[in-house]
Amino acid sequence: MNLLDLVLALPLSGFILVLALPRRNENLTRIVTLVLSLGVFALSMGLTIPFFTKGNGNWFVTDVPWIKNPEIRYHVALDGLSLWLVILATLLTPISVLISWKYIASRVKEFYAFLLLLEFGLIGVFVALDLFLFYVFWEVCLVPMYFLIGIWGHERRIYAAVKFFLYTMAGSVLMLAAIIYLYIKAGTFDYVNIVDLIERGRLVFTPEEQLALFLAFFFAFAIKVPLFPFHTWLPDAHVEAPTAGSVMLASVMLKMGTYGILRFCLPLFPQASRECAPWIVTLAIIGIIYGALVAMVQPNMKKLVAYSSVSHLGFVVLGIFSFNQNGLDGAVYQMLSHGISTGALFMLVGYLYERTHSLEIKDYGGVATPAPVLSAVFLITTLASIGLPTLNNFVGEYLVLQGSAQVNFTWTVLAAIGVILSACYMLWLYQRAFLGEAAESLKEHMHDIKPREFVAALPLLILMVWMGSYTKTFLPPISAANSRILEQSKTGIEVRVEQRGPRRVALSEDRP
Amino acid sequence: MNGSFVPSGAEMLRFLPEIVLTLCATLIMILEPLTKEHNKGLLARISLAGLLVALWAAAVAHANSGPAFQEMLFVDGFATFFRILVIVVGLLTVLASQAYLRREQADSGEYYALVLFSIAGQCVMVTANELIMIFIGLEISSISSYVLAGYLRDDKRNNEAALKYFLLGSFATAFLLYGIAWIYGATGTTNLTEIRRVLANRDIAPSIGLIGTSAALMFVGFAFKVSAAPFQVWAPDVYQGAPAPVSAFLSAGPKAAAFAIFLRVFMTAFEPVAAEWQPVIWASALATMVIGNFAALVQDNVKRLLAYSSIAHAGYVMVAVTTHSQIGTAAAMFYLAAYAFMNVGAFAVVTHFARRGEKYVGTKDMAGLAVRQPVTAALLTVFLLSLIGVPLTGGFFGKFYVFKAALDANLVWLTVLGLLNSAVAAYYYLRIIVIMYFEEPGESVSGLPPLAPGVEAVLWGSAAATLVLGIYPSLILDFAGRSAALVR
Repeated sequence: MNLLDLVLALPLSGFILVLALPRRNENLTRIVTLVLSLGVFALSMGLTIPFFTKGNGNWFVTDVPWIKNPEIRYHVALDGLSLWLVILATLLTPISVLISWKYIASRVKEFYAFLLLLEFGLIGVFVALDLFLFYVFWEVCLVPMYFLIGIWGHERRIYAAVKFFLYTMAGSVLMLAAIIYLYIKAGTFDYVNIVDLIERGRLVFTPEEQLALFLAFFFAFAIKVPLFPFHTWLPDAHVEAPTAGSVMLASVMLKMGTYGILRFCLPLFPQASRECAPWIVTLAIIGIIYGALVAMVQPNMKKLVAYSSVSHLGFVVLGIFSFNQNGLDGAVYQMLSHGISTGALFMLVGYLYERTHSLEIKDYGGVATPAPVLSAVFLITTLASIGLPTLNNFVGEYLVLQGSAQVNFTWTVLAAIGVILSACYMLWLYQRAFLGEAAESLKEHMHDIKPREFVAALPLLILMVWMGSYTKTFLPPISAANSRILEQSKTGIEVRVEQRGPRRVALSEDRP
Repeated sequence: MNGSFVPSGAEMLRFLPEIVLTLCATLIMILEPLTKEHNKGLLARISLAGLLVALWAAAVAHANSGPAFQEMLFVDGFATFFRILVIVVGLLTVLASQAYLRREQADSGEYYALVLFSIAGQCVMVTANELIMIFIGLEISSISSYVLAGYLRDDKRNNEAALKYFLLGSFATAFLLYGIAWIYGATGTTNLTEIRRVLANRDIAPSIGLIGTSAALMFVGFAFKVSAAPFQVWAPDVYQGAPAPVSAFLSAGPKAAAFAIFLRVFMTAFEPVAAEWQPVIWASALATMVIGNFAALVQDNVKRLLAYSSIAHAGYVMVAVTTHSQIGTAAAMFYLAAYAFMNVGAFAVVTHFARRGEKYVGTKDMAGLAVRQPVTAALLTVFLLSLIGVPLTGGFFGKFYVFKAALDANLVWLTVLGLLNSAVAAYYYLRIIVIMYFEEPGESVSGLPPLAPGVEAVLWGSAAATLVLGIYPSLILDFAGRSAALVR
């Protein structure tokens, strides 16, 4: 049992432990969950060690049989792509515990139990290297999130929860069919083996087969991302979910989709990925612009942030389907940045809601006067989200644009419009909610940020600056993993000129 | 025919579970008039003891596998698997029934005797290697089931259920019998192995029209018993009308046994003409899934919803039958075992929740169950998630193996449509979870008594089995895989 297994096992045992705690003592539940999730986070920091001391590769491999027939293995490992996503999950769980401290007042025990189960599922998704195991974790994530939205959400929570569940389920059953089909063809569920078979030309699909399999996987992932036009569940789920639910959903859960595309679609079905790329990129660009435009006219803050996610994740998909180092690096960086800054936005909107019980922008105005610190935090997050240089989102967006420009400059131009639009809707939101004259009724309820709330926000603020100004910490493992994925996704395809061309962004020049 | 007509000792051993069950049921019938009204629990305990002994007897019989009684019965892994399954379903049913019967003031020995007789009939069915024995077993099982469905004889719905079940069931068995007569006329034998031999031999095989007709007639009988489309219409009415623990029993035990004979007949006797019957089963499987799932979407009675869900699940097993492969047979076996636990568990919650006169069986009545009885709600959630097919539950692996077998057999469209169906199914199971967890407690949960010990045992036992099958499916699957090669 290595460190990764421990990081995976702790939230699961925490789930059982919290369920066994006495119902009466709600504070005990909160404290136990907080300590546990902080412990998991501390342990997960240890996961970075080999990446900095020994370099890149697959670390913390555990590969033991689980089910004999058909052979399903518990095969988990960590590479540069998984590393930061795992840490994102372990970081945001204690933050979610903190922000729910007062907000969740009913059925406290179940809430924290589900939060830990969700963490377990999320970590599992990012480290599973057996297709079957991946599917299991994928589905395990679904159940706690369904309950988080359905029990602790707002008025239309039931509709949103059921919609969320059914959308994801519809996508994943097709993925299951594709996984079984792959197993029958390859004789194994093991991702590493399958990729190896494909690379050595021992496993060949006909173009039709590859396209069908690719689409089955991609459909499941596209719903999760969510890619336009499969995004309609997202605004509902976000608006109705409790704050912690929105944070986990936006920051970590959406990344399951983009992670899946990178990890499975590209290496397993390289030809089909390339053939579909123009279509997918078109959808991604529509998503970028459409998401931004819709966000601009939202009267509801949470909905605005939700649509901004559609826009931001369009960038990730665009980056992935540029099929070059910059595009992929930017996509992954954008995944992490979006996790940090959108997570923070949902958290801050949640803080506002706790004070006034309203999510409508028109109910706010001049919040900066009674709550200056809260407003400052919100401003930094806003700037990060619109991609101000030296803050995190800039790096990701820039790399994605750079990568897409290497393939097709029109894409870059269209996507750049999304960046401009994001500045419009975010700054306009900030202006309407925080600036101007505060109404008397608002002043009464609007007290400034509390220490607990600030502690929850602080790590995210630090990361926004850190990720924006010192990419060297984060980028090398990501690039290494991405270049491997790119290698794998070239199988059977002649190398294009532009992928060899002059390149490398100034930002990443200083990589080792 | 070889050997003498006096069965040997080993042959009697192979028949031991049926002997035990029949003796035990008879004993209960004798003791029934002698026990006082408040002492009927004794009879339940005797039936439990009888079932446990029968379990042991099934193991003994398995240790002495082989044919019995002029090869009319054949104890193989397949038979043992289903024998154990139906006996375990019987155990769960008896445990779940006692509190219910006491509440309805109908706690008497006949009930337990009927359950035991029904199980004895199912044991005969699953071991039979010959059409007449299959028919006899089916009749023993069915007639007991008809009576059980109308057990509360003063209840109108019980009467309706029993009458419907009896009339339609008799028709179906008549079809089956007619089919047996045809095949006997065509091949001159009722032994499955012999029939197969005749059909496989081009020189002496009867015309395909003759075989087709007999197979079709038998299919009608079997499809009725497993509630496969287009012969499923009886199931919702019967499951809704019958007492809740009986519905639990009907949806698991007799159904599993009926699938066992279905598989055995079509995988052995009619195997040589598989290409001819496969399209029929294909269409039936798809129709069963679609009808079950889509009808369940609009139900607001929990028992009726579970009835439609049981039709849908029969459809998934039919997918496994369509593959007519050994993997498919193993998948069907695994599915039926997983299904038995999750479905009996779900019905057991209904048994507990319904209260006197089955007053509370609407889906709406479950509102707020999670607040009043979180443990009951959590256990029901496990069963429902398993019925949806969420990983780490038995239901998931059931579906997984079934659809894997289907893809192995190149049934790509059936797999895709079946999987999409299972996504549709998620909606109505989720609705129960929604009502339990997300809605405010209503009047229906206020007077809810604590779980009766028997029901509690069933719930925990079934939930444990559902999860164990979801984490270590190999426990059962390996045995199923080894036993799926039928005697030919």
